[in-house]
Amino acid sequence: MSHPGTLVWLARHESRLAWRDWLAMMTAGGRWRTRSVALTCLIVLVSMHLLALSVVGRYAGIGDPDKATLVTITGCVLMSWSLMVSQALESVTRAFYTRADLDLILSSPVAARKVFVVRMATMALSITGMALLLAAPAINVLALRGGSHWLVAYGAVVALATSAAAVALALAVALFRMIGPRRTRLIAQIVAAVIGAAFVIGVQIAAILSADTKLTTTLLSRYALPGSDAVVVHAPEVDSVVWWPARAILGDLDALTAVLAGGLAILIAAIVLVSRNFADHVIVATGATQAAPQRVRAAHAFRQVPPKRMLRRKEWTLLRRDPWLLSQTLMQLLYLAPPALLLWRGFGSRSEAATLIVPVLVMAAGQLAGGLAWLAISGEDAPDLIATAPVKASQIVQAKIEAVLGAIMLAFSPLVLALALVSTWTAATAAIGVLTAAAAATTIQLWFRAQARRSHFRRRQTSSRIATVAEAFSSIAWAATAALAAAGSLLALVPGAVGLIVLACTRKLSPRGA
Amino acid sequence: MIPIEPIVEPALAIRNLVKRFDRPAVDGLDLTVRKGEFYSLLGPNGAGKTTTLRMVAGLLRPDAGTILIHGVDALADPVAAKSCVAWISDEPMIYDKLTPLEYLEFVAGLWGIEACVAQARAHELMGWLGLGAQANQRCEGFSKGTRQKVALAGALVHDPSLIILDEPLTGLDAGSARQVKGVLRERVAQGGTVIMTTHILEVAERMADRIGVIAAGRLIAQGTLAELRDQAGRGVTSLEDTFLALVAEQAAA
Repeated sequence: MSHPGTLVWLARHESRLAWRDWLAMMTAGGRWRTRSVALTCLIVLVSMHLLALSVVGRYAGIGDPDKATLVTITGCVLMSWSLMVSQALESVTRAFYTRADLDLILSSPVAARKVFVVRMATMALSITGMALLLAAPAINVLALRGGSHWLVAYGAVVALATSAAAVALALAVALFRMIGPRRTRLIAQIVAAVIGAAFVIGVQIAAILSADTKLTTTLLSRYALPGSDAVVVHAPEVDSVVWWPARAILGDLDALTAVLAGGLAILIAAIVLVSRNFADHVIVATGATQAAPQRVRAAHAFRQVPPKRMLRRKEWTLLRRDPWLLSQTLMQLLYLAPPALLLWRGFGSRSEAATLIVPVLVMAAGQLAGGLAWLAISGEDAPDLIATAPVKASQIVQAKIEAVLGAIMLAFSPLVLALALVSTWTAATAAIGVLTAAAAATTIQLWFRAQARRSHFRRRQTSSRIATVAEAFSSIAWAATAALAAAGSLLALVPGAVGLIVLACTRKLSPRGA
Repeated sequence: MIPIEPIVEPALAIRNLVKRFDRPAVDGLDLTVRKGEFYSLLGPNGAGKTTTLRMVAGLLRPDAGTILIHGVDALADPVAAKSCVAWISDEPMIYDKLTPLEYLEFVAGLWGIEACVAQARAHELMGWLGLGAQANQRCEGFSKGTRQKVALAGALVHDPSLIILDEPLTGLDAGSARQVKGVLRERVAQGGTVIMTTHILEVAERMADRIGVIAAGRLIAQGTLAELRDQAGRGVTSLEDTFLALVAEQAAA
């Protein structure tokens, strides 16, 4: 039994909260769902192992690695690490700005530093746990097929996760000190999104820019860049410390000891250094959130507009001013950078490259529309006001749909117009695909609408798993339809029909269709 | 027995209103509120006050019964009925990312108020409620009291003839509460009708022209404070004693 106020006692409290939070997120608060969640986890675990078997199973026999192998593994490590840093940065930012139990903690006689040490360690643990969970299928498959030395990779994952958590802590505090509490909230979100996507997108952009062969070949082979000849030639020799993380993954115990010690040391140092002023930062941050009389705007004259237009304008203003949404949107739009670049490079010469962009655009439009529709339809912060207004319910829904589709059109029009310069047919299919995917995602959100706060945007997927899965399948189906249509294939009818079936089934399963 | 009143076109007439959730929340409620009166609805927790008012505001659909707002059937023609009603709950319904002025412009637009009229009224209300300094700041940093005042300004900007308030003074400091009460009294003096639920009996005692007491989804007593005292009997003097006596009587029945 631990004594109240000690580190162990606080750690127990934090882990209990974290566990319940995770459980609530997975079950969306329904007790009856616990068993089905366990079953789903089991199915996902088995599926991930099968997937890992098909993807990495063949590499189990790697012996003494050559430079190309080390480059490829290091590339994958960097990609995973950037995602971990992104996830950790978001967690740290949340710790800064979420009030939750802060009033209780900061007013208690327990040393605030102790509390935040535990909180930071818990955050690092959760990042590590998530990384281990995702890496486990690959490691297990490699160990089963290639021998137990692969299990050492678990240690390498821990090293990567702890160092990612440390970097995120340092980055958040540095941002806080450099740009102040108010801006940090928004900037940290954007930085997290950029870091999360940067490596994947960077690799794609580098591949596109470095290509002097056919664009299509480049597009299809760009994921293989870390192992490409040019990189291998310029990479350090095989005995360089740069390859220690890769060597640790491959079962080198010396390398593992070094990276694990390094990762843990960085994390401990970060926690010790950051925890000194963390409580002060949190107080300043919460104070900034409390008293945030943001940008004072000059008074403007009221304009006479019909209710529907007023609703649309309100939705756009709120979307524009929502920093959380901004980072989420940025994340989606970042993935459009490579196709945009590809389009620019291929302009005037290759219409086939343009065809390859169509599904990316359509998929991104579906996903973005799903998020925007959730905000406009479910994330209405004044539902009673809207419901008591003398406006027909159908007009309200119409205005919200128009707001979402308008935003989508605004975001995607430049790319579609650029496509039109390359190929009119491709642009037309892209435009129709973008609108169809966006309309489908919005419709799904309408069927599954449930009142929530806009600030709960991050958890929108947990409110209805069916809606989330349906949204993804629908977007994929419309992306495939648009791609095949752009290529002039009649086979486009097949994914188109699948898209309609997905919508029909979703309608049947929705609370409004049951 | 509740006396039947000879009223011509009341501000609100509810007949045999029924709403069931897992149990009856409102159970055959009859209620009439006259034009230009301040009516306070009291009742213990779970008595059906909020459910009743949410049905009047069009936020819930009743299982049975009729609701007439200034003679308009709120269930048959909700848009017409809503055009003269304002609803304010204890949780202010405002947008964090809008400024109070933008919020008022939005509300006025929903109610189809002419822009110049709405703007003049908005500035008047902001002055009345002491919101002038915050007029162009986003609402996200506002205190509960300031948010409630913005919501109240939103409710009044379209000049409703019937204002429905569900616990509007919860969490307000004394100064803000006095301002809100002052604005409401002013509206009644100008001929408007106010229906308010509250747990602060002193507020009902001081402000209401008539008081209705609901228990278990039914109206168990109604009248002026003096009439309620008479109904409660046993020489009770304060509204608190009267209220508790009436509720206890109903529970025992």
